[in-house]
Parts: sequence; structure tokens; C-alpha cells
Amino acid sequence: MMAHLEAEGIPGGITAGKVAVWWFLASEIMVFGGLITSYIVFRLGGSGWAEASHHLSMTLAATNTLVLLTSSYTIVQAFVAAERGGATALRMYLGLTILGGLIFLGIKAVEYTTEIRAGFTPDAGIFWSFYYTMTGLHALHVLGGIVVNGVVLVTEGRGVKNPHRVELAGLYWHFVDVVWIFLFPLLYLA
Amino acid sequence: MLNWLGWLPENVSTYGADVDAIIALIWYTTVVWFVLTFGAIGLLLVLYRRRAGRRAAYVKGERLREALWVLVPVAVVLIIDLWLDFRGAPVWAKVKLERPPAALSIQVTGKQFNWEVVYPGPDGKFGTADDKLFLDELHVPVNRPVRVVLKSRDVIHSFFLPNFRLKQDMVPGREIEGWFQATKPGRFELPCAELCGFGHSGMKGYLYVHPEGEYHRWVKEQWS
Amino acid sequence: MIMATAEHVEHGFWTTYIFSTDHKTIAKQYLAQGLFWTLVGGLLAGAMRWQLAWPDTPIPLMGEIGPEVYNTLVTMHGTIMVFFVAMPILLGAFGNFLIPLMIGARDMVFPRLNMLSVWTFALASLVMLASFLVPGGAASAGWTGYPPLSAKAAYTGVHWGLNLWILGLALEFASFLMGGINYLTTVIALRAPGMTLTRVPLAVWQQLAAATLFLLSVGPLIGGAVMLLLDRTLDTGFYSPDLGGDPLLWQHLFWFFGHPEVYVVLLPALGFVLEVLPVFSRKPIFGYRWIIGATVVAAALSFIVWAHHMFISGMDPRLAMPFSVTTILISVPFAYVVFAMIATLWRGSIRFDVPMLWALGFLTMFIVGGLTGIFNGSAPADLYVSRTYFVVAHFHYTLFSAVVFGGFAGVYYWFPKMFGRMLNGPLGHLHFWLTLIFFNVTFFPMHHIGLAGMVRRIANPLQYDGLVPHQWLNVLATYGALCLLAAQIPFVISILWSWLAGKPAPRNPWNAASLEWAAPSPPPHLNWGPSVPRVYRGAYEYSVPGEREDWLPQDLAPIARP
Ligand code: HEA
Ligand code: HEA
Ligand code: CUA
Ligand SMILES: [Cu+2]
Repeated sequence: MMAHLEAEGIPGGITAGKVAVWWFLASEIMVFGGLITSYIVFRLGGSGWAEASHHLSMTLAATNTLVLLTSSYTIVQAFVAAERGGATALRMYLGLTILGGLIFLGIKAVEYTTEIRAGFTPDAGIFWSFYYTMTGLHALHVLGGIVVNGVVLVTEGRGVKNPHRVELAGLYWHFVDVVWIFLFPLLYLA
Repeated sequence: MLNWLGWLPENVSTYGADVDAIIALIWYTTVVWFVLTFGAIGLLLVLYRRRAGRRAAYVKGERLREALWVLVPVAVVLIIDLWLDFRGAPVWAKVKLERPPAALSIQVTGKQFNWEVVYPGPDGKFGTADDKLFLDELHVPVNRPVRVVLKSRDVIHSFFLPNFRLKQDMVPGREIEGWFQATKPGRFELPCAELCGFGHSGMKGYLYVHPEGEYHRWVKEQWS
Repeated sequence: MIMATAEHVEHGFWTTYIFSTDHKTIAKQYLAQGLFWTLVGGLLAGAMRWQLAWPDTPIPLMGEIGPEVYNTLVTMHGTIMVFFVAMPILLGAFGNFLIPLMIGARDMVFPRLNMLSVWTFALASLVMLASFLVPGGAASAGWTGYPPLSAKAAYTGVHWGLNLWILGLALEFASFLMGGINYLTTVIALRAPGMTLTRVPLAVWQQLAAATLFLLSVGPLIGGAVMLLLDRTLDTGFYSPDLGGDPLLWQHLFWFFGHPEVYVVLLPALGFVLEVLPVFSRKPIFGYRWIIGATVVAAALSFIVWAHHMFISGMDPRLAMPFSVTTILISVPFAYVVFAMIATLWRGSIRFDVPMLWALGFLTMFIVGGLTGIFNGSAPADLYVSRTYFVVAHFHYTLFSAVVFGGFAGVYYWFPKMFGRMLNGPLGHLHFWLTLIFFNVTFFPMHHIGLAGMVRRIANPLQYDGLVPHQWLNVLATYGALCLLAAQIPFVISILWSWLAGKPAPRNPWNAASLEWAAPSPPPHLNWGPSVPRVYRGAYEYSVPGEREDWLPQDLAPIARP
């Protein structure tokens, strides 16, 4: 874009894309922040939450946490590869990241079905209302992240043009990961 | 007071006068600022309207010395603000936080679109056989602190006694306490002050304040 | 050959006017949609006023309306005016038009995202329109949509209308999130050489403050809206106590957004006025840096005052006074801004052109609205005035001054730059004076009738003994409102006049110093010629001693003097 050449620009050579993604994440943080705060306030006020959360599958959730953490690692590797211009490595690591996302969603689907079979539907009580809303919203974000990574894979996969894009996709993916790091203990452990 | 101007409806509660006093205090302070600001604007517009051959002054108001022209009045505003809070806090506490021992408790439940008024009856306990339900009417003795327990069956309603300067939402799942003490017998309107559906407009009842004797006669009629 | 040109022309049309990424075109698309909604919101208000003055008599073109319809009118009037008139006009139109021109950029940093945002808004508009047509009618739970009323269709009889209301708002939020991110990034990344942050005009600063407020406050409400939708569709229990939920949760989430939101509307308008006042006083704005500071303070405070909408909501009454204190403190930064505006007039050389009139209209009417805010802000006073027409008067004096007085100040000031034609002066004066007079005839009586005890959102004041003696005030307000609508006709004529006979606008009709006036009127695609202008000074260099002209354009190169 010619406009960039004609502007004061950003000190420290931070790109506009990065600034925008940070603003976007700030608003996203407020979305989940609001939900999580509501959840905590309610939980401190009410009773019977722990019992309800015992019906969740710790093992599956723990696996999912592991999966997401690994995928965060792989996308970092993808960025490293991109900066080196190694398209093959980039394809592999981005592919793995996407695979991680898909596994996560798969496991989540298994969880949902078993819980609903057991009669724990969203209207089964306030805990379940929160559980499905927060994890559901998060799952949608994971899906979004998969799409983004997919797009980057297609555009950068054959010959890296701007590694920058991989970095931005990575920022978002880390955010999705961090949200889960909050949800996991709040819903499953506490 | 504002009542002299005939703005607020007649006050017939013990704490109403304090509420009116706060409203009046804010009214006087803000009117002063209204006059000052509008006066200044009007004056400056006339004094400094465009005149042939006169150039505006180059004042940027950045340096502290210039900024003080604005900062000093702002400091005054700050002091007035704190003063208003300082005067307001006790009034709020009197109406919403303090609870004088009540001569009588009444349970009022809002529902689309009525007030369900329950008296505990002679035994003074709710949920017993001698409870009595009235629709849209409260009866209380004059000069006695009355405790109301406010609940809702469906949506949010708001218990509003204009002549008592008392307003309190009724929220499903909560039991909210309020109190008032009438200083004058009469019949006073009790509108619902929170949008609660198509019947919100016109959802109202009446509060009947009786002289001591009359009130006891009413009680006898009801529970005999 | 002919085919080719025809094709070319058509292609040109679509990318130039419809799917354009040019910030100026997108601004006009926002403006057009905002004006359309103005008409809808205004007519709804007219119908409301008719019902309030002459309850249950047939309204022209509408017939008689019952209380259900009235609640829909109130709800949609409020929703439309705040989210579909104020925001698209003050942020969507002016933010997009001004930011690149004022900072010397060729466009927004993400033009495609910008196009996406305006089209997302169009989609939101369609959803809102559709909500009027579905069986059961549009939302009727108030623009604040308090549950449980809004959480179960049975309570209002509105099924799809309210779901679409939530969806429409969600899309509107998405649109302005994209816009806000674009604004903030553009100003950070695309300022012309020399345009340091302390030379950026206040109109841009106010847009940034508004965008930041919106970005950081809307999140929780988005979460809350999802919960509300689930309560309605999947019977979750977030807001229903029987399932362990709590109706007050919504009020906290709504007002955590709601109060910053009213400043999202105010600040851009404040920005326009801060541009207009110096130009027509031929004097630098009084205390540029201090005003930015005051704005930041007010914006920060606006995140910790939300419960002033909930003093009597049933939340812990011990919380009331703390929120009362923070609320009333907000008058300090705003006092600074107001006084600075007044100080700007001092020793100026004041011209009363049409934009200046609207700016002064904003200043005076906003003071009134701000002062009544203090009554609401004091918990014990709010005890009485809350939920009454006193509050309605308060927020029209604030909102209306922002959207109408501030908005028209911007329209009359930048119209020549936007459309390359001058507007008709006399018609502008007429439009202003009629609007000012009838605005006050409409809303000033509401203070009185509110103090007399008239509560909001009632379809028929005559149902209350206490109000019958005051009904003449409702009638007066209604006559005012109808005239206020009529008072907009001179504006429409003025637009047509300038379109047909308006004289072409020069580059800089007001002798203003800020950068947008260095571009041609209207600015071409990519705004600047071969290279963007270079900036040498702040935007308010008026009547500089020793200069021949009484204004120094930001891009005028300083000439070495002996
Ligand atoms: C642009 C919109 C806008 C603006 C700018 C404001 C500004 C303010 N508002 Fe308003 N408000 C609304 C829009 C706005 N409001 C709306 C829409 C509602 C209703 C929502 C609903 O329920 O539907 C509302 C409701 C509302 C309430 C809730 C009332 C109730 O429902 O019970 C309160 C309570 O505190 C409040 C307070 C304030 C305050 C303290 C300010 C302050 O920012 C004002 C500060 C400015 C000044 C004070 C004037 C300048 C200063 C001076 C001239 C110096 C002298 C001043 C002093 C000494 C104090 N507002
Ligand atoms: C920007 C906000 C805005 C504006 C402009 C208006 C304009 C008007 N409003 Fe409204 N109003 C609200 C926001 C607004 N309102 C809100 C938020 C509520 C609360 C809803 C609720 O309780 O849920 C409300 C509620 C409300 C009520 C209370 C209803 C009740 O509680 O029962 C009433 C009653 O008279 C009323 C009347 C009017 C009237 C007669 C106008 C007239 O001024 C309308 C006439 C129209 C015009 C004169 C057009 C003006 C031009 C523009 C708006 C655009 C400017 C264009 C450019 C700058 C290019 N409004
Ligand atoms: Cu009950 Cu309004
Ligand atoms: Cu507020």
C-alpha cells in the first residue's frame, strides 16, 4: 500500500495488522471477561455448582487442554518456519495446528453428546447454562481460528510471501488457547 | 422548597422532606451554574462578535497560567460535587439502609398487572391461616413506621409512592424490604414505575392512610 | 467495443457507489442509512407523542394504537435513535469521512474491512426492519430490554421480534467493532509526515476516545445478549431465579456498556463542536492538551459509574453512594471541556455562520442536560426522579444535543467538503432557530411533568389522578414535537437547493486551518494529489500575531523571516 510509505508510521516498526489484532483481542477479552466474571459471581453466591461440575469428564478436558497447548506450540514453529521461508515446514506445522483444533472440537462434541444423553442439557440448571454458553462460544472461536489458519495455509503454504500473516494467525490462536486455560479450571476443577 | 413552586406532589412521609431538600439543594446549585454559564456565553457572544478591523487574541490556554482561568472554576465544581455527596449520603441511608422498628409489616407482590397485598393478620405472621390478601390497596395507620416486603411473581415491577418519595423495584427471586411513615391521612396513588408489559400503563393501586382509630376499625372489619 | 465501454461504465458504477472501499463513499453510505432511520425514529416519536397528548384517539396514517403498540414504539424509537441514527451518523459517517482527511491519509488502513463494516450495518438495518414485520411485532421490552420481561415471549407477546432485535443489535455491534478497530489503527499507522499525535485535531481524538470506549465496553453486553437469546430459545436460566439465575445480571452487563455508550455518542459530537468553535471565533481552542486530558479522565470514569442506572433496582443499597460519588465526579472533566469552550469565545472575533449556531446550540443545550444529570446522579434525588420523565428530559437534552445540534454543526460545516456545494445560508438559520425553539418546547416541560410524578413508558397519562391536572404539558410537548419534525423541512429544501443551484464550494470556505481543507472539495479518490501533505503545526493556529492572514493552515510551510 502506497499510503504506508507516506505516513509517520508506528515507532518500533510494529505493523498495522498487529495493532488491529491487539485491539480486536482487547474487545474479545472483554466478551469472555464479562462471561467469566458473571460465572464467578454467581458461583460464589449459589450452591450445588461443584456437584454439577463433577458430572463433567476430567480426562477428556485434560486431553483437550494438552491438545490445545501443543497446537499453540506448533503454530509458533509454523511462524519460525515462515520467517525462514521454509514453505514445507510451514505447511506441516500449520497443518498440525489445524489438526489440533479439529481434535479439540471432536473431543468437545463427544463430551456434549455424553452429557446431553445423561440429561444435562443447557436448561438443566444454571451451571449447565454457563457451561454450554462459555465452552460453546469458545468452540466457535476455535472453529474461527481453524478457518483463519486454513486461509493462511492456502495463501502462504506454497512459497511464503509475508510471514507476518502467520504471526497474526498465531496471536489469535494463542488467545483462543488462553481462554481455554481459564475455562478449564473454572468449569472442570473448581 | 420545590413544593412552593408546586412541582413535586405533596409530601406526606417522614423522610420525604429530606429527599426534597436534596433535590432543592441540587436545583439551586445547578441553577446558579446555569445562570453563570449561559450568562458568560451570552456576554462573550455580544462583546466579541466580529467587528471590522478587530483581530482575535492569540491565546492557546495551554500554559498553566492561562489554564487556571478554567481550572479554578473546575476546582469549585469538584468541591460542590463532594458537598452534594456529603449532604446526600445521610438521606439515602435514612430511606434505604435504616429500618426503624415497624408497627406493621405488609407483603406486596407485583404481578402482571396488579399489586397483591398480603397482611399477616392478628398473629403478625405471614403464611398462616389468618393472612388476608387485598388487590391494589394498602391500608396503614398514620404516624406509624410501616415495613413493606416487596416481591414479584413474574417480571420486574417498581413500587412507587410519589407522595412518599419512595421508589423500589420488585425483582423476581428477591425479597426487598422498604419502609415509610405517613404524616397525614388520605388516599395516595401507587403507580408501577418499571415497564412490565402491555398493562404497565395503568398498573396502579392506592395507599389509604387512616387515623389511628379508623385504622383499628378497618382491621376489626377485616378480621372478624 | 461498445459492449466493452458499457461493461466498463457499469463496473465503474458498482465499485464507485455500491461496493466502494473509498472512505468518503462509505461515510456517505452510513449517512444515508442514518438519515433513513432518523425518519423512522422521528415518526415513531411523533406517534408516541400523539398518543401521550390525546390517548386512544386515532393517529393520522396509523389509526388507534393500544398499549402493546405503544411499548413497541418506545422500544424501537430508543433503539433506532441510539444505535441506528446516532452511531452511523456521528461515528460511521463523520468518523470515516474525517479521520483520513484530517490526519492526511489516503484512506483507512483497512479499506476492505471498512466496506465490510458498512455492509454489516446494512444487514443489521434489514434485520431491524424485518423485526417490525414478523408476527407478534417488533421488540417491546424497552431499549434496555430488561429480563425477565425480555426473556420469555409470554411476558410481552413478542416472539421473533425480540430475537431479531438481539440479532440486529449484535450485527450493529460487529459493524462498529470493525469500524472502531479501523479508526484506531488508522490514526496510529497512517498519520501524514509531521502529523504528531499532539497535532491531531480534537475531532479525531474524540473519535478515538469513542471507538476505544465502545471496543472495551460492548464485550460483556455481547456475552449478556448471547445469554438472553439462549434464555429465550433454549430455556437456559441466566436471568430466571427459579433456575438459579438473576435478572439483575443483565442490568449490570447492559449498563457497564450503556453508560460508556452514551459517551460514545457524545464525544464525536463534542469533537465537531471543538472544531467549529475556534474556526468561527478565529481563535485557538482553549487548552488543546487539557481537553484531551479531560476526555481521557471522563472516558475512564465512565467505566465505574454504571450502577447509577440501578440505584433502586434492588442491588445492595450500600453500593449506591459509591457509584453516586463517581457519577457526580464526572461533572469535573466535562466542566473543564464546557468552560474551555466558553473560554475559546473570550476575546475572539465571532462569526455567526450556520455551523457556529449549531455548535452554540449544542454547548447550551448540553449544559442543561448535563446539569439535570446531577439530579439523577445523586442517589437520594434519583430515588424520586428515577424512571420519571425528568430522566427522559435529561437524556434528550444530552442525546438530542449531541445527535442533532452536534450532528448538524458537523453537517453544515463539512457539507461543502463532502459534496462540493455550499448550503443555503438563510434556510440554515431558519432550520436552526426552529429546531432550537421547538426542541425546548418539546422537552423542557418534561422536567416539570417528571417531577410531578409521571413515570416513563406509559401509554396513557390520564390513567393517573396525579397527572390529569398536568396533562396540558403533555399536549404542549406534543405540539412541540410535531413542529420539531416540521422544522427539519428547511434542511431538506436546503439540500435540494444546493444540489440544483448551490454554488460550487471552494477548497476552504471557512478559512479553517485543519488539514481536510487542504484537499479539493470534494476530495478525489485517494484524497491527495501525487503526494500527501506535510504538516508543520497544530490545527488551531488562528490570529497568530505577525501573520497577514488570521489562520495558518497545518500544511503551510514556514517561511524563513529575518
Ligand atoms: C449523550 C448522552 C448522555 C450524556 C452526555 C449523559 C450525561 C450524564 N448522565 Fe445521563 N443518561 C443518558 C444519556 C446521557 N447522559 C440516557 C440515554 C439515560 C437513560 C437511559 C435509560 O434509562 O433509558 C441517562 C440516564 C442517566 C441516569 C439514570 C437515571 C435513572 O434512570 O434513574 C443518571 C444517573 O446518575 C445519569 C447521569 C448522568 C451524568 C451525571 C452525566 C454527566 O456526564 C453530565 C456531566 C455534565 C455536566 C454536569 C454539565 C457541565 C458542567 C458544568 C456546567 C459545571 C457545573 C456542574 C456542577 C456543579 C455539577 N444519566
Ligand atoms: C439520539 C437519541 C434520540 C433522539 C434524537 C430522540 C428524539 C425524540 N424523542 Fe426520544 N428517546 C430516546 C432517544 C432519542 N429520542 C431514547 C433512548 C428513549 C428511551 C426509550 C425507552 O424508554 O426504552 C427515548 C424515549 C422518548 C420518550 C419517552 C417515551 C416513554 O418513556 O414513554 C419520548 C416521549 O415523548 C420521546 C420523544 C422524542 C421526540 C418527540 C423526539 C423528536 O426530537 C424526534 C423528532 C425528530 C427529529 C427532530 C429529527 C432530528 C434529526 C436527527 C435525530 C438526525 C440528525 C441528522 C443529522 C445530523 C444529519 N423519546
Ligand atoms: Cu408493573 Cu409496570
Ligand atoms: Cu449513565
